[in-house]
This record gives sequence, C-alpha cells and structure tokens, in this order.
Amino acid sequence: MTLDQMKPGNECRIKRLMIHDQLGQRLLDMGVYPGLTLKVIRNAPLEDPMEVCLGGFFVSLRHDEAKYVEVSLS
Amino acid sequence: MTRDSVLITLAGQPNCGKSTVFNALTGASQHVANYPGVTVEKMAGRYNYDGLKVEVVDLPGTYSLTSYSLEERVTRGFLLAEKPSIVVNVVDAANLTRNLYLTLQLLEMEIPLVVDLNMMDVAHRRGIRIDPEKLARHLGASVVQTAIKTGRGKEALLSAISRAGRSSSAHQTMRIDYGPMEPFIREITARLISDAPEAADYPVRWLAVKIMEGDAEALKYIRGKLTNPNSFLEFAAKKRQDFESQFEELPTRYMAYRRYAHAESIGKACVVTKTGNRRPMSDKVDQVVCNRFLGPMILVGVLYLLYYLSIVQGYNLTNYTWPLLAKIRNITAALAPSPGFIEIPLLRAFSLWFVDSINALLNYIPIFFILFSLIAILEDSGYMPRMAFILDRLFSKFGLHGSSTLPMVLGGIYVGGCAVPAVMSTKGIPDERSRLATILIIPLLNCLAKVPLYILLINIYFVGHKGMAMFFISTISLLMVLPIAKILTLTVLKKKPTAPFIMEMPPYHLPTFRGVLGRAVERVRLFVRKIITIVAAVAVVIFVLLQFPGLGHERKAYYAGQKERTVSAFYSKIQGTPYAEQLQGENLMKLVLYYDEYKSKKMGVKGKEASRALNREFQERNPGFFKIVKPGRDKIAKKVNRAFKRLFKARKKLLREIRKEKIDNSFLGRVGRFLVPVTQYVGFDWKVNVALLSAFAAKESSVATLGALYDQGETGAGTLEERMHEGETGFTSLHALALMLFMVLYPPCIATAIMVKIQSGSIRWMLFSMVYPMCLGILVATLVFSGGSALGLSGTEAMVAFFGLSLGTTVLMGFVRKSPDLN
Ligand SMILES: Nc1nc2c(ncn2[C@@H]2O[C@H](COP(=O)(O)OP(=O)(O)OP(=O)(O)O)[C@@H](O)[C@H]2O)c(=O)[nH]1
Ligand SMILES: [Mg+2]
Repeated sequence: MTLDQMKPGNECRIKRLMIHDQLGQRLLDMGVYPGLTLKVIRNAPLEDPMEVCLGGFFVSLRHDEAKYVEVSLS
Repeated sequence: MTRDSVLITLAGQPNCGKSTVFNALTGASQHVANYPGVTVEKMAGRYNYDGLKVEVVDLPGTYSLTSYSLEERVTRGFLLAEKPSIVVNVVDAANLTRNLYLTLQLLEMEIPLVVDLNMMDVAHRRGIRIDPEKLARHLGASVVQTAIKTGRGKEALLSAISRAGRSSSAHQTMRIDYGPMEPFIREITARLISDAPEAADYPVRWLAVKIMEGDAEALKYIRGKLTNPNSFLEFAAKKRQDFESQFEELPTRYMAYRRYAHAESIGKACVVTKTGNRRPMSDKVDQVVCNRFLGPMILVGVLYLLYYLSIVQGYNLTNYTWPLLAKIRNITAALAPSPGFIEIPLLRAFSLWFVDSINALLNYIPIFFILFSLIAILEDSGYMPRMAFILDRLFSKFGLHGSSTLPMVLGGIYVGGCAVPAVMSTKGIPDERSRLATILIIPLLNCLAKVPLYILLINIYFVGHKGMAMFFISTISLLMVLPIAKILTLTVLKKKPTAPFIMEMPPYHLPTFRGVLGRAVERVRLFVRKIITIVAAVAVVIFVLLQFPGLGHERKAYYAGQKERTVSAFYSKIQGTPYAEQLQGENLMKLVLYYDEYKSKKMGVKGKEASRALNREFQERNPGFFKIVKPGRDKIAKKVNRAFKRLFKARKKLLREIRKEKIDNSFLGRVGRFLVPVTQYVGFDWKVNVALLSAFAAKESSVATLGALYDQGETGAGTLEERMHEGETGFTSLHALALMLFMVLYPPCIATAIMVKIQSGSIRWMLFSMVYPMCLGILVATLVFSGGSALGLSGTEAMVAFFGLSLGTTVLMGFVRKSPDLN
C-alpha cells in the first residue's frame, strides 16, 4: 500500500521510499524514513494535498508525492 | 591561544528561530516569520560580548546538508569555504529527533558546535523535558536552552559562544556508527589519504562519507583535486555498487537511516515526554481552518478582510494624509520662482512636477503600512502555510503553487492591489518554476493605479451596464492570468527547476504587537527608500520628454501677442478708475497671484467663521487688491472686478493651450503620433498613445495625461468624462473595451519592474516581464477591436464574448497535463 491511498485518521508505518531522486531525498530529510509511524490528519478541501503527522510535527504533501511512500496499516 | 574576534554561523532546520536568534544577538531586524524558508540569502551582523568581537552570519534553514537543493548547497558551501570558528546550531526543542538529523551532519563536518535548544517555551507547554547535560555528552558539544523570542536564555547563549570562541582546543569529534558500511568508509579514507593528501581542506572522514553517498559536489571536488581522478572515482563507484548489491539499499539511503536511528537513540536517552497530546491548540484551530467547508470560507473571509482593511480603509486614511502632502506641494510652489503671465519658469514647472510624482507614491504609504502590518500578522500566526494547503490544488493546475495565493491577493486578484509588495512576497514560494510564473503574472492583475482609467472609461462608455462592466474588468484579469501562467510554465519556464510541494505545517503562534509593528515600519521604510529614488529618476526623464523641444519662436511670439492683447484690453476697460494707477506694471501680476492664492485657499476652508478669517487675512495683506477681489456694493470696484475676472480666465485659457501644444509637440507626443499606424488596429489614436506611454512611469499618469490632453479650456467646467466624450466623437465602447483590456495587460510600472529584477535576480526576466505583456496586450486589443468591428459587435457584446472566450480557455488549460519531469 502507498501513502496516497490512506484516508484521514489512518495510522501506518513507513516501509520504504520508492523514489531515489530529489523528491525521495526531500521526503527523507523532512523526516519520512522507514520504521516511523505516521498518521494521516486530513485532506485539503479540494482533496489534494494531504496533511500527515510524523512523530511530533505536521507535514503537507501532494498525493502525487505520497504515492512513492510504501506503508503498512498499523 | 586566545582570539579576540571570531566568525560564527547560525545553522539549523527551517523555522526553528535562527533569524530570531540572529536579531537577538546583533540587534538587527532580519525578516522573521512563522513558516519555513523565510531567509533565502545569508545575512551578516556583528556584536561585542565581554571583549570578544563576534561576526554572525544567518543562513537559510535546511533540513539536511546534501547537494540536492540550492539552500543546502549554499549553506554547506559557506561552512566549508568560510570555516567559521563556531556554528551555532539552532534546534527546535519541540522536534528534537528530526532536528538532530541535521545536527549530526554538522558534527560530521567537524566544526565546533554550540547547540541552541530553542523554543523551550513551546517544548515545555507540550510536556517535553530535555536533559541538556546528557545531550551535551552524547553530542560532544555544548548545549544551551533558550526561548529566544521572549529573550530567555540569551545570556547563556552569549557566554557559551564566547567560551567556545576563546578556547581553540581541538574539540572531540562524535562518530556515527555506520555499521556494515564502516569497512567501506575505511577503505575510501585510506585511498583518499594515499591518493590525495592535499585534500585535507576537508575532514577526511566526512569526505569519505560523502563520496560513499555519491554526493555530486564532493565528487566534483575530488575531480578538481586529483591529477588522475578517474581511477579513484571508479574505485569509489565500485564501492558504492558493492554496498548496494550486498545490502540491497542505496548507500545514501542507508546512511540517512543510520543517522535517524542515531538521532532517535539520543532522543530516547535525553527526552522525557509527559503528555501524549502534542499541540492541542493548533490541532483544534486546524480542524476549523482546514475544514472542507469552513476552510475555504475562512480563507475568503481573511483575504477579503486583508483587502478591505488595507485597500479600502487605507484609501480612506489617505484623505487625512493627503492634506499633509498637499502642504508640501504648496510650500514648494511658494519657494519656486513665481510664474509670469504666460511664462512658467522651467524650474517651477520641474519642482512641481517632481513633487507631484513623489506625492503620488507617498500617498500610498497608509495603505502599505496597514497592508504590511496585516501580512506580518498572517506570517507570524502560521496561517500562510494553511493558505497554501487549501489552494494548492487549484493553483498547481495552472503551473502555480499554493504559496502563490498571497502574492496574487496583494497584486489585486479582484481589484485594487499593488504589484510591488506582491512581487516582493513571492520570496516564500519554494518552487522556482512556479515562483517565476507568479512574478511574471502579477503585473497583469488589477493594481490600484489601473482602476482610475477603468472607472473613467466605464463611466463614459458603459453607462447602462456599469455593474457588469466593473465585474468584467475585476474578474477578467484572473481569467487571463491563469492560462497565461500555464502557458509560461509549459514554454519559457519549462527548463526551470521545480521542487516537491512537501511543506511543514508549523504550529500557530500568537503574533506580538511589537513584532508586527516593527516589521511593518521596517518594510515601509525599505519600500520608500528603494522605490522613491527610482520613481524620482523616472519623473525627471518623463518631464524632459514632455517638456522638450517645447514651442518654436513663432508660436512663442504668437502667444506673447495674445498676452499683449488681453492685457491692453483690460487696461482700456479700467481706464479712468482710481484702480488703474494701482495696477500698472508688475502690480498686475501681483494681483493675479494674489487672486489665485485667495481662490485656492477659499476652496480649502469650510464654515462661515473660517471664511471670514480668510477674508480678514487677505484684506490686511493688501486692502487695495481686496477691494477688487471682493468689490461689495462699490460700483467702480465692481466694474474693475468684472474686467479682472475676464483677464484671469483668458490667462488660464492661454496657459492651457500652451501646455497642450507643448505636449503635442513634445518627444512623447511625437512618439504617440508615430505609433498611430500600428495602434489604429487596436483603436488608439495619438492622444491615447501618449497617455499609455506616460503610464510607464506610474499607471495613474494615464488618466492625468488624458486630463491634460482633453482639456478644452473654457471655464474648466465639465468633468474629464464629458470632455473626453465631446472631444472624441469617433471613440466607441468597443474602443474603450480594447483600451481597458490593453490596460489589464499593461507592462509593469518602473517600480514593479525593479522589484521583478530583484526577485528574479536577472535583468533578462525583467525585460521579459515588460515585453511579453505588451505583445499580449496588442494581440488581445486587436482581437477585440478588429474582431469586434468585423462582426459588428457593440462594446458590451464584445465584452460578453471575450469573457466567455477567456473562461473557456481557462477551463481548458486547467486540463492540460503539466510536463511530467519532476526534477
Ligand atoms: N514560542 C517561540 N517562538 C519562537 C522562538 N524563536 C522563534 N520563534 C518564532 O518562530 C518563528 C520562526 O522564526 P524565524 O527566526 O523566522 O526562523 P528561521 O529559523 O530563521 O526560519 P527560516 O529562515 O525559514 O529558516 C517566528 O514566528 C518566531 O517568532 C521561541 O523561542 N519561542
Ligand atoms: Mg530565517
């Protein structure tokens, strides 16, 4: 499963980053790394982007970007 | 060894408070705001503490130190090249683990570090307790705790910096254990030492780590250092491949994971979190502010309030400030050489023109002050990222970015904005392609200065449909701007780098009164200093273009003759009265000026009492003149009064005619005529051309110039609307529509153009921002005018048709896929 398929309220564990370019690096540097648990907070009023909580802080990202994050529901 | 001056650098993740620390240390007023990515250029300042001279550099915030993004390259390059004595690593104490990820990378560079645990107040409120001694032991660096916004901990930070600055003892280095990667790093290190001993500018282990990561900049460095780099680079590439095939993970990734693991373990050891509820207030607010239904409504409300308070109320405020500016003008008028009967001294004309041009801009200061205060509140509160969050979907369809919202609102997404602060505020857009697109379209929005021309034309040519026409002109700019942005990003901006959207949503902060006020004042000051000088320079140029070459000898002689006739007619009328004696020679001109002043003062006073006082003042000044100006029942005085008034009017008419002829004849007027063969397809005659040309300096000028050109003399009665209507019988509503659309697409004024140059960092983009709207404007105006004429449409019909066309284009462009390259 990938992050963009998660619904608001879902909690999941990050398994893998499936992209190796700038976007992947950026996700990683913002604190998206395997093993971390995250929670989807909400989608924007127009569905895109989405907001997730990573440990202590909140990050918004587009679904197009979230689809590269493989997760498993926890 | 002790030093008495040191260079220190502030580094840390975005929005952790670096610039606030910088300001606290140096007393500067760097831009601080509650969203990531505020500081984009490095800033230097200095202070003295305890006999130590400290130079401080504030750097852009970075999440990491790779060479992927510009800020990271800038930050890393600075650290490596300038080798600051100390790096003060500002850390958001409420997000320790993620912040330590950067701290660890800084430590790997083996720069002496002072870790500043900032935002302790926030961390406390969230029930986070950190053990600073333990953290210091784990990191091998000194640790101080601050809540710098409230000033707490500043003293401790200062003394920690000075202690670290004075001691030059080699500090201990902390090592991240990269586990199974260690043998690889060791091999590369050994090879580095043997192949490139002179590469010791950089810590060798750090270089080895970067080479293992395949870091582009590090590899470039090696290539420059080694005489025969290929064998080394092949060796390194082989090592990376070996690792990847052995452990099924990219070395970069693996190393980042190890750093996170290390950061997590430090966090676990040093942090105690009491409550699980992390930021209760912010979350509650966000439930409303980002709500599916309430969110957009609040957004519209906030934007409307911003517009209403600054543009509408600020404009009302100018009613109170304008008299001040008018006073400056009056003083100038009094100091400048006084006018002759028909000869206006050049110095006088120039000083008044100059003051008028500057005043036109100074008049906006109340608006800017309110606007900048409100923006400061938005920035401090943390609402900006929410705005981007809500609107990103819409804007990204057109190649723009969620963060384009504020610049577009400032620029006048509906009516009444100003492109200068709008372009200024594009700084916060992280995506270069969208940022340039936003900069380029802002001048096409409806800034305040375009509005007078719209109102003028609508009042003449769309009398029956004023509401509709106003709605049209207010919305059409947005409808044109969106597809234009899309086209720009698909063409000229295609090669510009884009960036992922991923953005931190910081918790809300309560803005402080002092912070907001200070920032507003600072920005107004900057604005005035930057813009006024430019506008002043341009005012001079336009003055010359409008004044010269001036009238020929023949025309001058003609007007002198006219003057003679008028004056002698006056004298013959009053001959024989006791006043005739009194008004000989220079005295006549004195009376003219006396009357002029009386009239203009009279306009300014309200109420019987004040008017009586004014009369008394003038009577005392010159009783003889006053008798002529206010003859009362005195028959003879009345007769002289009548004759004088006729003379006064005749003079005014002459002055007006001269002025008009001068503009006709001026360089600018000639250009206006020269352009007619082209502009006839757009429906503009030479007068309109001149008005549009004069709008280059400031768009308000268009209406002012039209005012001068359509001046029909007589008693000055009749508004410009009426005069224009009479003066231009051939002008139809279709002409007016073409003219309005041309104005929408008018190139940026000089002040904006300069701002475009500053924000885009290149003259080429500035020139482009001036040329492309002009081409587009001619295209659209021709389409509307020539097309409308061919189809026999009225202005109103053409308006509806064009609106439909734009709406269709916008919707269609929204569906065009953006180019898939995400890099
Ligand atoms: N509560 C609290 N807020 C702080 C503190 N320090 C800074 N802030 C606020 O945090 C926000 C970010 O501060 P900045 O100084 O702009 O952060 P920065 O690190 O320079 O950010 P970038 O330039 O974007 O990297 C502002 O709203 C500050 O007022 C603090 O100690 N406590
Ligand atoms: Mg900053």
